[in-house]
Amino acid sequence: MLAYFGKRFAQMFLTLLGVTVLVFFLLRVVPGDVVAMKLRGDGANVSDQTLALERARLGLDKSLVAQFGDWMVGVTKLDLGRSMWTDRPVVEEIAIRFQLTLEIAILATILGVLIAFPLGILSALTAGSWIDQIIRVITIGGIAIPGFWVGMLTLLALLAIFNWLPPITFTPIYVDPVANLTQLFWPALTVGYRLSAVVARLLRSSLLEILNEDYIRTARAKGVYERVVIIRHALRNALLPAVTIIGLEFAFLVGGLVVTEQVFNLNGVGKLFIDAVAHNDFTLIQGIVVMIAFFYIFVNFLVDLTYAALDPRVRVR
Amino acid sequence: MSDIAARPRLPLSYRVRNPVLQFVLRQPLGAAGIVIIAVMLLAGIFAPLIAPYDPLATDFMAMVSPPSWEHWAGTDTFGRDIFSRLIYGARTALIIGLCSSFLGSSVGAILGAASAYFGGKIDIAIQALINLLLSIPIIVLALVVVAVLGRTIVAGIDINLIFAIAIPMVGRVARVIRSAALSVRAMPYIDAAQAAGYSNSRIILRHMAPNLVAPYLILLTGYIAQAILLEATLSFLGLGVVEPTPAWGLMLAGSTISFFREAPWTLLFPGLAISLAVFAFNLFGDALRDWLDPKFKV
Repeated sequence: MLAYFGKRFAQMFLTLLGVTVLVFFLLRVVPGDVVAMKLRGDGANVSDQTLALERARLGLDKSLVAQFGDWMVGVTKLDLGRSMWTDRPVVEEIAIRFQLTLEIAILATILGVLIAFPLGILSALTAGSWIDQIIRVITIGGIAIPGFWVGMLTLLALLAIFNWLPPITFTPIYVDPVANLTQLFWPALTVGYRLSAVVARLLRSSLLEILNEDYIRTARAKGVYERVVIIRHALRNALLPAVTIIGLEFAFLVGGLVVTEQVFNLNGVGKLFIDAVAHNDFTLIQGIVVMIAFFYIFVNFLVDLTYAALDPRVRVR
Repeated sequence: MSDIAARPRLPLSYRVRNPVLQFVLRQPLGAAGIVIIAVMLLAGIFAPLIAPYDPLATDFMAMVSPPSWEHWAGTDTFGRDIFSRLIYGARTALIIGLCSSFLGSSVGAILGAASAYFGGKIDIAIQALINLLLSIPIIVLALVVVAVLGRTIVAGIDINLIFAIAIPMVGRVARVIRSAALSVRAMPYIDAAQAAGYSNSRIILRHMAPNLVAPYLILLTGYIAQAILLEATLSFLGLGVVEPTPAWGLMLAGSTISFFREAPWTLLFPGLAISLAVFAFNLFGDALRDWLDPKFKV
């Protein structure tokens, strides 16, 4: 286990390094001058001197190698530079919004799992029947229906039924848990719907595969109750791939949140990212992408370790 | 003689001889998908003949009017006919969806096949690149490409938008194709081709590619659905297709966000169009997978 941990840790470290390098160069292939684009983009008359000053402030007047050095040293000290738009440190901009985004992500994962398990198990047990067909349509819907549309429909329904509009300001959970949860429940549900669709489909196919195994037939043949066969023998083994996909989807929820935060007018990391792209704020884009990728790689590492702890065969590979 | 009738009869889908009927009976959802795709294709190709109004024509006398006999799906905040914009929107969705999916899947397939064929250092390098691409969520990577490339409009279509949607697919396709190609690589006929002295590109294109067509087609149709969804999302965020081009995602953005409570028809129809299109390509992709390769998993 220790050897596996070491190997996997080294692998994680290399991927983190690679992403840092990739993001740096990705944003250096921007055609044209970032500073000129920002200051002159809307046809404003700005002198070359001002441009040079701005470049010096952002450290863009240095050679590419020096810039790369600055960036890599900065990342190790958690210094991702300053936003080109607001001039505040990128880490600070992300930190004040991270709490909100993380809370929706956790809430969405919980809701998604609560929906996915009954749906996935039920459709596997009734495979081929009309119940299975209905569940299949619901789960494909979770993948096919755009998240922002689900969000807007939810808002419309809430307005029509409860005459409720989402509040304009965000209430943190330690200030007023009830206000916080009523505000975040609906965006979390729209994001969680997609997650539940992915998990339910996976659960269905892995359960179906396991129910055909010899040991299930043995268990049935020796007279074990069907309920016990399904819960103890089948579900336990179908859980492993489900746990993996839940972990990975959790780390990727930020992607879904980019859109949902926009619809529900929540000031989280996703909305910050959209604003950064709309403003051509390259230092901020760079910082957010690195942060999201780091988060994904780290969660991936934890998922792999859990998997190895639960299934000894993984450690050998 | 009557006991012969007691022999269990085959299900209806196996007794029908007509291949079209057979497909409809065995894959009802897939057949429904094909019908929706056909309607979409026809709408996109013959848009000028079907659409009752010019999709760009504004009518300030009929702004935000509810569905009626004149305007089947109502009008938007500029007084434009939503039904006509939906029909032209099919064109935008199909062009961007098909182009980006074809581009992304093809580049991904070539990378995946090359990675499996050459092995060794090339495999490790390509795998490392794929892993890096996979650690960034699809929409985030697409938005980065949008930010980096800006816009390049050729014949009314934003070429860079197609790249932005295609690039996040490359890593995902390459990974699946690589694992399929590894098993093809191990076949004796590849060794035979090498022994015969054929060039690497000939072996990859003539000997490996034909055996990778099934997973490639399955991925391609699956990613058309993804591409349409991603295009709608980017347009909704104001970073994809721009006004006044009719595009479904764009129809839900802008003033629709502030008015959809008063005018729900501006919200319902474009969202329904996106969902139906993505649904259709997903169902078609699923049916194609069952038909071509039942064991294949994406």
